[in-house]
Amino acid sequence: MSEMLRVEGVSKAFDGFRAVRGANLTVARGSIVAVIGPNGAGKTTLLNLITGFLKADGGRIVFEGEEISRLAPHEICRRRIGRTFQLANIFPRLSVFANVQVSVLSHQGRSRDLLSTAARLAVRDTTAILESTGLAARARHLAGVLSHGDQRILEIAIALASEPRLLVLDEPTAGMSPEDTAATTTLIRHLARERGLAIILCEHDMDVVFSVAESVMVLHQGRTLVQGAPDVVRQNRDVQDAYLGTIDA
Amino acid sequence: MPEFYVYILALILVTGLLATSLNLVLGYGGIYQFHHAVFYGVGAYTLALAITRMGWPAWVGFAAGPVVAAAAGALIGVICVRLTRLYFGMLQLSLGSLLWTIVLRWRSVTGGDDGIHGILVPAALQRVEGAYYVILAVVGASLVALFIIVRSPFGATLQAVRDNPQRCQAVGIDVRVHQLVAIVIAAFFAGAAGALYVVLERSVFPNMLFWVLSLEIFVMCLLGGWFTFLGPLVGAGIIVALRTVASRYTENWTMILGTILILLIFFMPEGVMGHLQQWIAGRRRTREDAYV
Repeated sequence: MSEMLRVEGVSKAFDGFRAVRGANLTVARGSIVAVIGPNGAGKTTLLNLITGFLKADGGRIVFEGEEISRLAPHEICRRRIGRTFQLANIFPRLSVFANVQVSVLSHQGRSRDLLSTAARLAVRDTTAILESTGLAARARHLAGVLSHGDQRILEIAIALASEPRLLVLDEPTAGMSPEDTAATTTLIRHLARERGLAIILCEHDMDVVFSVAESVMVLHQGRTLVQGAPDVVRQNRDVQDAYLGTIDA
Repeated sequence: MPEFYVYILALILVTGLLATSLNLVLGYGGIYQFHHAVFYGVGAYTLALAITRMGWPAWVGFAAGPVVAAAAGALIGVICVRLTRLYFGMLQLSLGSLLWTIVLRWRSVTGGDDGIHGILVPAALQRVEGAYYVILAVVGASLVALFIIVRSPFGATLQAVRDNPQRCQAVGIDVRVHQLVAIVIAAFFAGAAGALYVVLERSVFPNMLFWVLSLEIFVMCLLGGWFTFLGPLVGAGIIVALRTVASRYTENWTMILGTILILLIFFMPEGVMGHLQQWIAGRRRTREDAYV
């Protein structure tokens, strides 16, 4: 598979604390890559660097042959990189439908249209996304009153509305019940397969990681320890020492 | 209808348009526009100066009022949108106060603290009734335009920006540009309200750009309901009527306003129209449940 995203020696410090120290990551087209590591390893910082919410102090981030390290988040989204956040990040006062519709309108370049009636626009596209994520029945509900699990799914639906080629998911199953975790895992697999999406997944639940990821990158104290196939990473001595623990034969 | 009541109605309409224009950025955009009155004043002074100093026809001055106010909105907005929330509000308050000081001190042009009086408007507008119909038409058209904007994709996106600017960035929305466009539109309609005030009163004075008036408009939005379209108009109606009626009996009418605001915060935090909207929604739900 050809390379889609390449992170080269990226670093980021906050007031002298080096959260990310020369991290490397490659994502192939249509693949699912999991980023794992202990708390404070720099996972979320790395995702924020990739999606433009933080600017790197050093290194390069190249997406589809273009350097995106200096771009603003909305410019990165327009290059078809979607994302979700560690905490459910939705529009709580808008309906579920409007949450997704706002994103569809932005993707269609209509968010500055002053004269049309928003309610009549992008209805089919919005409905299709809600149906594909299982939220169609709750389309008229206020997003803020949805359950935690549904809010996380809604976040994915919002991200999908911009038709991303790369989807960045920050702990998509955090705080979910086992049933919701299983449903979200199925959805992630389905999205990658049906839409041909590449996915970067930052996750603490190793069952989720090893059941969906085709490649695993281990981040430790801001450095890339290793990136490779799940089985290779699982057997890696440094990874076992730093994060997974020793596996008894 | 007695002329006095026609005058009060016209004043409510002008103030209502001013409050509704603020609510585009405050209620729908979540932007802390602490000094909105400055654009009202700029619109009014532009018309006044166009007629009295430059000798332009009144209609040219009337067109220039909102345009110059929008330009002032763009200028102040470009600087302020770099900041968020309270910091935005404080910087806006400072820049607005700077404009107020210029108007107050530049006596040779603006008349200083005396303002400009006896502005000659066309004969048809010199009677209160004539001015009222023009104000009714312009405010009506402006409210329709603002309603279309609120319901447009731009309006929907603005509400999303209010709710969650970070999420908006992540779906490809340029938050600053959106906020800036909203500020320019709001300033335009505030400028129109300022020009209409000149049509009604035929005078301008520096207090039209003073922060106290901005606070009063803010209160109108809260009182009427800042998450509703008609709320600010209702809030303006209540405050103008209250000021007119209560000030006949006491100079301390603001004490009555203060008491009403305290009660409102406790019993109707969504404002009069917000409360009414919730009540109607509750009744509709009850009726639907009865049919299940």
